[in-house]
Amino acid sequence: MKPHSLSILVENRAGVLSRVTGLFSRRGFNIESLAVGTCEEPGMSRITIVCIGDDAQIEQVMKQLNKLIDVIKVSDLTGNERVERELAMIKVTVDSGASRSEILQIAQIFRAQVVDMGTKTIVLQITGNTEKIDALETLLRQYGVKELVRTGKIGMLRGSKTVKSGK
Amino acid sequence: MKTGAKLLIEGLQREGVETIFGYPGGVVLPIYDELYDSPLRHILVRHEQAAAHAADGYARASGRVGVCLATSGPGACNLVTGIATAYMDSIPIVAITGQVPTSLLGNDAFQESDITGITMPVTKHNYLVKKAADLPRVIQEAFYIAGTGRPGPVLIDIPKDVSTGTVEIELPREETVTLRGYQPTYKGHQRQIDRAIELITLAERPLVYAGGGVVLSNASGELVRLVEQMMIPVTTTLMGLGAIPGDHPLNLGMLGMHGTEYANFAVTECDLLIAVGVRFDDRVTGKLDTFAPHAKIIHVDIDPAEIGKNKQVDVPIVGDVGNILGEIVIRLQKTGQYHPWLEKIKGWKKKHPLRYKDDGKLRPQYIIQQLSDLLKGEGIIVSEVGQNQMWTAQYYCFRKPRTWITSGGLGTMGYGLPASMGVHYARPDQAVFDIAGDGSIQMNIQEFGTIAQYKIPVKVAILNNQYLGMVRQWQELFYDRRYSFTELPPVDFVKIGQAYGIDGIRVESRDDVQSALKTAIDTPGPFILDFRIEREENVFPIVPPGAANNEMIGGSNS
Ligand SMILES: Cc1ncc(C[n+]2csc(CCOP(=O)(O)OP(=O)(O)O)c2C)c(N)n1
Repeated sequence: MKPHSLSILVENRAGVLSRVTGLFSRRGFNIESLAVGTCEEPGMSRITIVCIGDDAQIEQVMKQLNKLIDVIKVSDLTGNERVERELAMIKVTVDSGASRSEILQIAQIFRAQVVDMGTKTIVLQITGNTEKIDALETLLRQYGVKELVRTGKIGMLRGSKTVKSGK
Repeated sequence: MKTGAKLLIEGLQREGVETIFGYPGGVVLPIYDELYDSPLRHILVRHEQAAAHAADGYARASGRVGVCLATSGPGACNLVTGIATAYMDSIPIVAITGQVPTSLLGNDAFQESDITGITMPVTKHNYLVKKAADLPRVIQEAFYIAGTGRPGPVLIDIPKDVSTGTVEIELPREETVTLRGYQPTYKGHQRQIDRAIELITLAERPLVYAGGGVVLSNASGELVRLVEQMMIPVTTTLMGLGAIPGDHPLNLGMLGMHGTEYANFAVTECDLLIAVGVRFDDRVTGKLDTFAPHAKIIHVDIDPAEIGKNKQVDVPIVGDVGNILGEIVIRLQKTGQYHPWLEKIKGWKKKHPLRYKDDGKLRPQYIIQQLSDLLKGEGIIVSEVGQNQMWTAQYYCFRKPRTWITSGGLGTMGYGLPASMGVHYARPDQAVFDIAGDGSIQMNIQEFGTIAQYKIPVKVAILNNQYLGMVRQWQELFYDRRYSFTELPPVDFVKIGQAYGIDGIRVESRDDVQSALKTAIDTPGPFILDFRIEREENVFPIVPPGAANNEMIGGSNS
């Protein structure tokens, strides 16, 4: 059982997201994260879903996804050379000048950007892989994380290979 | 200028639809108005569930796409059980529902229900049509999706303003449908076929396990050719009955929970299982790791997701069952040399036949056998769900595919009567029997109204045991005879029939079975037979839930 990143190319039609997510819940697969948006092809969208399962389960979920009429192509990025990124915004409590400078220092080390600063909070934005974001979150917890939001992972294959139509 | 309703009717006609089953209501008024003087035959059912089952029965008997129509909200929701039934057995139907006008969508308007949302898990695909101009394309796609690949139900939801909306110019109809997300595989992979042939040649104890996929792909000719050429014994699932004649010497009958002992022994001992158009359902396999424990497995199916879903296989072949079996037959050079295996099976067949106590009492198995003899494999047998279904599966000798119509995957009580109506319109030349239980028949008994109105010659044979028999059987065997809420008070079905204007007779003795069946066959129009059978008769043998297939009880050893 390990996380798999599935890249799913779909018709950009009403209801397509609920077809895809409904299939996961109906067949008992948990979604760890989900990111969706338009893509290079007009009329299509690309969904990246991270889910955990053994190889047989992942194979089954991919086959079931492929059966959806609005799903054009499904690929498991896991096991291939790939780049994956996730973006998170973290709102941290600052209660003293000391903690403010500590937080800024941590941000610098993680190459996180400050996107908002108020009298009582700082909002940091970080891009990276899941582990990096997790690590930053853990460090910031001691100051008080008021709110955290993550986009869910997106990914693509390295080099010229693509996840394109033609099942 | 054409309305959406007009486009719908024209679209259906272009798809070759002749008969639709439906029930009207507010938002489908424009469609019904268009139907009023259209050449389409519309059968008014008494409950929308029946419309869906009738469309499904039509599809199973004819191999073509069945069509049903209902209004929004309650009408659409009433279709759901029928759609789910078709989905589980991969039956091609197109369900058309009315919807509230687009301006009211999402408003909890009167009789609004999100039927595309509700049916998403039980349809192959569905559509909410937003403008009339889309209708011709959507209809063409819906029929294409329903009827190709692994067939299944497709729903089209049409808001009222789409039915009344007009289109100025109609787009020309495309010759073929192309959907970039839907390209079924029909041809088998060459290397896998090579490997299958090699395994068949090397096997000593091969067995074919054939299912509904063989019937759906009209592949029974190829199946019989293959097993006759190679002399390979065949067992079928409930859905595969009729794929090979019931009395064929190589046929072992049904396997699984209520299968024959010899079929289950054969699966347990075979060294090669050739699984075609099947899905390794739990009612078939029993305990999975003791299913075909010594066998290499070849699995042929059009749906790649079925391969490896429940059981790891050695040779997966994705494609149309008929194509692939046909190719294997042509390429297999030798005939099979499986004599010791065939002898062994012959021994089992002799020692462990299907049997029941024929002691002069009115027993259901006898009724089914008599019907089977009388019809000689002609006619189409539909069933309800429960013991009646299993006795029919065990004791009726199906000689042709598409002559056995039953709800397998979902096991829907109330399926049989409405499905028989669809069967009649698909095959008006055939005698149609609905074998029922007194519980199941009461789930859609209102359809007596439909068969009476249209004089649909369906013969309803009720195996009346005044129990929800199959459930009572489980309570007897596995719950200490505690018959919790499974007894039904006696109902006079003949009188009910009379109230609808349908003739019938009550049969209480074994001696009257033949003549009663003959009367039913000879009487034009619908007929009801109320057989008062032995109340606590059981379906045997049975593989207890969770047991291995060769651990059957109630067989000829016990
Ligand atoms: C709609 C529906 N509800 C409940 C069941 C569960 N069930 C399976 S068989 C059965 C009893 C069927 O009784 P009857 O129709 O009288 O047939 P018999 O088994 O007596 O032949 C029941 C309740 C079902 N299959 N379908």
